[in-house]
Amino acid sequence: MSILAYNGAAMIGMAGDNCVGIAADTRLGAQAQTVACTFQKTFKISDTIFVGLAGLGSDVQTLSQTLKFRKNLYELKEERTMKPKVFSAMLSTLLYEKRFGPYFIEPIVCGLQDGVPFLSGMDLIGAPVFTDDFVVSGTCTANLFGTCESLYKPSQNPDELFETLSQCLLASVDRDALSGWGGVVHIITKEGVRTRELKGRQD
Amino acid sequence: MANFIGVAPTIPSSLLDSHITPRPDFTTCTDPSNFLIPNVTDPAFYCRSNFASASGDKDAQQVVKFAKGTTTLAFKFNEGIIVSVDSRSTMGAYIASQTVKKIIEINPFLLGTMAGGAADCSFWERNLGMQCRLYELRNKKRISVASASKLLANTMNSYRGYGLSMGTMVTGWDETGPQLYYVDNDATRLHDNLFSVGSGSTYAYGVLDTYYRPDLTIPEAIDLGKRAIYHATHRDAYSGGINNLYHVQADGWKKIHAIDVNELHYEFADEKNEMVA
Repeated sequence: MSILAYNGAAMIGMAGDNCVGIAADTRLGAQAQTVACTFQKTFKISDTIFVGLAGLGSDVQTLSQTLKFRKNLYELKEERTMKPKVFSAMLSTLLYEKRFGPYFIEPIVCGLQDGVPFLSGMDLIGAPVFTDDFVVSGTCTANLFGTCESLYKPSQNPDELFETLSQCLLASVDRDALSGWGGVVHIITKEGVRTRELKGRQD
Repeated sequence: MANFIGVAPTIPSSLLDSHITPRPDFTTCTDPSNFLIPNVTDPAFYCRSNFASASGDKDAQQVVKFAKGTTTLAFKFNEGIIVSVDSRSTMGAYIASQTVKKIIEINPFLLGTMAGGAADCSFWERNLGMQCRLYELRNKKRISVASASKLLANTMNSYRGYGLSMGTMVTGWDETGPQLYYVDNDATRLHDNLFSVGSGSTYAYGVLDTYYRPDLTIPEAIDLGKRAIYHATHRDAYSGGINNLYHVQADGWKKIHAIDVNELHYEFADEKNEMVA
């Protein structure tokens, strides 16, 4: 079995009208054994950037800290805030630095760049894909693509985006053994970030 | 056993000459040649390396994979037997179904549980039902649980090494009272008061061993059965869905309930909060 599927994860980034959202499950398992139901996989990098890290649990924690560190260092050196596009490029190079001994993470980046949604996803050695609708990652990407392709509509307002993200995530993890056990949704707007926890099936 | 390959040697050649496909004879399934067998020198080896319906990820390298993943349990107590199971079927990490009936009603007095390969369990327990019915007709009395479980074990013995996957509990009430047997694809046949089978069995055993007593009342025993399954479905990724629970009594089995385990989660959480308060 792939080490990327050892702990289990499901996450979605989705664009709306002047807003962007990220949703992820909260399970951390050791293959079949569910170890924790409140594991953090989405991280706030700044008021307008969130990153979702799907893959090996230990690398999720390592990478989240390294990313915050590099982002802070950038802002101190450059004396300006980091934009989502720059953050995505930084993450991509950070992953490729470990080309021959990679972090076992397939990340997604969600942000608002000058009020416009930014979405990217990448593989474990940093090959990026940029989308303007949605991006998914984790152990049930097939399920997530299915639900997102069905429920996504362009130009949703923050409330509609929250509903779509929640339904997509919950429907997908109910057909995946390795993810679920609860979820979290962040909606990023110019006004700020709204975070809500989802009550998911506990089996 | 010279003519080991191909259809059953008992079928007359006149039948084979016609254009009717001969139907295998499953009434006595102690001979693997009832099935079409791969035309190779060692058919058992060929079957177990290509069509094994093993539990866990033993078939990961195999082209053909089967549905599996389970928690089942059964225990004997003073008022009969409780049989309690989950309802999830998985193919790899994909949840193929959340509504599988893993307790098979062999006849009004016999129950079988399903763990391992879904097809292997349903087929061979259905076959067991037929053998039990034939016994009834021939002997004008119901078969004992000991005999029924042995019929299944004998079948499993004749297919040893062919890659069947089946972990089952055969329970019922006969002339000797309530009986509980464990039978698996190695033809292991065990008689005891308490069993749990499947990927979530370790979690179920934890609850069962802690709270089990032979003098449990019926409501207490039902509660223990569903509690053990709930804990298994919560911690085991390959168990979940609905808890089906049966009670075996002197006048046959009764279906007690079918509850979504997600409802049990909040029921037990409330109970815990009340204990703390």
